Amino acid sequence: MPSKESRRNKILAVASIALLLAVWHLLALTLHSPTLPGPALVAATFWRATLSGELPYHLGITLLRLLGSFGVAMLLGCAIGIVLGKNKTLDAFFDNWLVIFLNIPALVTIILCYVWFGLVESAAILAVVINKIPNVIVTIREGARALDKDLLEMAQSYRFGKGKIFKYVIWPQLHPFVMAATRSGLALIWKIILVVELLGRSNGMGYQLHIFFQLFDVASLLAYSFAFVAVIQLMEVGFLKPLDRRSQRWRR
Amino acid sequence: MSDIRIRIDNKTFALPNAADQRHHAIAELELVVHPHQFVCLVGPSGCGKTTLLNMIAGLDRHYDGRIDMGTAGKNPSIGYVFQNPRLLPWLSVRQNIEVVFQQAPPAALIDSLLDSMQLLDAQHQYPERLSLGMQRRVAIIRAFAIDPDILLMDEPFVSLDAPTARQVRSLLYSLWLKRPHTVLFVTHDLREAIALADRLIFLSPSPMRVISDIEVPIARDRRHDEAFTESFRQQLLQNHPEIGGLL
Repeated sequence: MPSKESRRNKILAVASIALLLAVWHLLALTLHSPTLPGPALVAATFWRATLSGELPYHLGITLLRLLGSFGVAMLLGCAIGIVLGKNKTLDAFFDNWLVIFLNIPALVTIILCYVWFGLVESAAILAVVINKIPNVIVTIREGARALDKDLLEMAQSYRFGKGKIFKYVIWPQLHPFVMAATRSGLALIWKIILVVELLGRSNGMGYQLHIFFQLFDVASLLAYSFAFVAVIQLMEVGFLKPLDRRSQRWRR
Repeated sequence: MSDIRIRIDNKTFALPNAADQRHHAIAELELVVHPHQFVCLVGPSGCGKTTLLNMIAGLDRHYDGRIDMGTAGKNPSIGYVFQNPRLLPWLSVRQNIEVVFQQAPPAALIDSLLDSMQLLDAQHQYPERLSLGMQRRVAIIRAFAIDPDILLMDEPFVSLDAPTARQVRSLLYSLWLKRPHTVLFVTHDLREAIALADRLIFLSPSPMRVISDIEVPIARDRRHDEAFTESFRQQLLQNHPEIGGLL
């Protein structure tokens, strides 16, 4: 039964992508405008950019920045979120800061970072981290507040050490919140990182998109975006989904 | 290990909805428990029995008084069977037992405990897939396995159906006979208390204090005989009218 259903789902997925491509193709044919190239042209552009090594280079640079800023933001955000979730006084004190940082527009932090620290790599990473951290903190704080007191008491009465409590009692409870922060984080960061690159870097996807914009090169623009979407989707399927399944297997 | 001496002068709680009012939970409670004694604490619900166990386990240190565990200089190891099983849902039954050991867990002992509680087949299952009765048995094994100095049990059979409760109770008792520890067992079921305990401590409604302290002279091999324990219960209620109002 389930295999039949999964086959049907696969057929549906393929059909929906095919329909999207067909609509796009027809639209491109009827409009016949240089600003909407058809799927075949975009695919050819993609192939050429990949062979020349240009696309892999810029995509790789952007992914490196993404991983770096994502790692820093998650580590710091988790640590601060756990502290705020467990300490009511600190939480009440820093709550206002959080609200302010949550509501500063991304563009403002990016410009300020470049103005204060110059057009350098660290400023670019810092701008992304500052944009992401408040979201991580808020999500993890929610998780830390909801920690099961019964289980903590159990661990305490059986004299678990600090490391053991974290590994066996706290971390498994935070895991869903960390996964939520990871998902929303990747989506948020890769949007911000393009703007960061567009404004102050001389490589990466954002920089390339800026050039394509000036040249009105829509085919390259679309080819680069699809490559990026494909990479993010690969992360989801190859990395996040299996992690999710592993952590969910004890649930009823 | 020598006697456990408990002396609580005063224990109050802040009421959650009125910060200036305090609930007076325990007043002038004094209790000495001898090593390897099975003591049942009997009292009405909400009288502060769980609070007392938490204080002994070191989970609650906000009280006036002293609890002397009789293990000079070192923390006694404590096995605690809570009212709810409190298993870690992300660990299998066996991992839940193994995780409480500081050193390498003794595989043979865990096997034999799982076997005697009829859980060998379920040992690699996750707790949420088991019935409540099975989860309670896992919690009991977890507490027994570490061979604690003191075993605290807080109504471990409440909300089990009668046949399951009887079965787990007799399993518990035979385990304890093989490996006796000092046991403090909280219950409000007098029949259960008589079937298990060397000694019954009757506690008043809050502020909780000791009302009477009665030895149970029934031989260990007669405990499963319900007619026998029932006649002891009748006699007890007749001779000590003050405890009738508690139950």
